[in-house]
Amino acid sequence: MTTDRLRLATVWLGGCSGCHMSFLDLDEWLFELAARADVVFSPLADAKGFPEDVDLTLVEGAIANSDNLELAHTLRARSRVVVSFGDCAVTGNVTSLRNRLGEPATMLERVYVEQPDLDGQLPVEVVPTLLPQVRPLHEAITVDVYLPGCPPSADRIRRALVHLLDALEAGTEIPDLEWRGPDDLRFG
Amino acid sequence: MSPREPRPTVPVTIDGQEVMAVEDETILSLARRVGVDIPTLCYLEGLSVYGGCRLCVVEVNGDARLKLACATPVWADMEVRTDTWDLREHRRRIIELLFAEGSHICATCVSNGACELQDLAATNRVDHIHYDLGFAPNLPLEPVDASHPRYVLDRDRCVRCSRCVRVCAEVEGAAVWEIAERGGNSRLVAEMDVPWGEASSCTSCGKCVLVCPTGALSFKGSAIGEMRHDPEVVAFLARAREEEEWLDRSAGSGSASEVRS
Ligand code: SF4
Ligand code: SF4
Ligand code: FES
Repeated sequence: MTTDRLRLATVWLGGCSGCHMSFLDLDEWLFELAARADVVFSPLADAKGFPEDVDLTLVEGAIANSDNLELAHTLRARSRVVVSFGDCAVTGNVTSLRNRLGEPATMLERVYVEQPDLDGQLPVEVVPTLLPQVRPLHEAITVDVYLPGCPPSADRIRRALVHLLDALEAGTEIPDLEWRGPDDLRFG
Repeated sequence: MSPREPRPTVPVTIDGQEVMAVEDETILSLARRVGVDIPTLCYLEGLSVYGGCRLCVVEVNGDARLKLACATPVWADMEVRTDTWDLREHRRRIIELLFAEGSHICATCVSNGACELQDLAATNRVDHIHYDLGFAPNLPLEPVDASHPRYVLDRDRCVRCSRCVRVCAEVEGAAVWEIAERGGNSRLVAEMDVPWGEASSCTSCGKCVLVCPTGALSFKGSAIGEMRHDPEVVAFLARAREEEEWLDRSAGSGSASEVRS
């Protein structure tokens, strides 16, 4: 083991943050994680920009808007290992349900104008532009490890993190699929 | 139960295991008997063999042309491999293609947690889909057919396994379902493509719903993750019919066939 602690990031793209909630369900194992790695960027940490030199980045959520796409490219350039974290990142999942409605404008109309209890205006300022289609993370950037589940259970996350942290600390190859059993892989 | 002639056996090697197979049985039936697991999707015990999903591919005598375990009878000295790297890759690609061509957003599906396609993905180590996911605007959107008073058909989750077609024709004798058109355009239709609720040949027995491996057929009112299928019911019915379990045999031998004729 090196003296340098590992640098871990978690990112929240087009998802419901359920994967992050599941991450928090790691409960006391988070102390073990904290003993091995610093969380350098996360919706759960106070950091503004995505830092340089990250060892491991968990990415929740699909690529749904221009900000998602930009952050995906940044995190890829600055991370050694990128994990597609949860079904929205892996397949588009719930976030991609809007794809069948066609152009984003159709969905915006439906949500902001046709819904009776809102004031009938499309959001135009500050919010990032929606991409024509919601796409899985691996269509935007190279992904090293896939961790499906909606959300992946805390146990599933822990098993994956243990393997990945071990490999990163030892400086060995990222373990391939074969270490995982059916419980580690189920969609949904 | 009528006594059966013992059927001749032939020697077969399956994944290095030397076993005696019953002549004319399929590779799949042999494999299941000797505890070798071959993934299947369209195959269902008690129904005719369809050979449509191709998940059960195996290698025979090292031949590059793969065989369907569910549709290929054994022969003497056959050497079967069921679990090579190539076969595992083939199966993964087939499963991924099934995911890619429909709407398989498990988190929003009635069958979430009890789906054969979802299970197949997990047990065959499919952790993402290499293909362009078909939940895209260029694919025809199939509206959910909820016209039947008790059941619902969501064609976007149908894998065209034809289990429902076969159980309806072969076990219920109603022949409501058919798979119309070909390839990516193929779709399950009731009668001459009428809404299910208007199909007068449907007896509402629900067997199609019970055998469906995915969330395509479900009981009306099932919420996400609530649907539970029961495909084994077909094997149960087939066995019961073959062994004439429900016929009154108290009148002595011969009465069963009299009732049947
Ligand atoms: S049918 Fe099965 S694989 Fe498809 S969405 Fe439903 S649970 Fe997932
Ligand atoms: S509805 Fe279900 S049983 Fe029928 S063909 Fe589709 S997946 Fe198979
Ligand atoms: S199980 Fe053999 S082709 Fe489907």
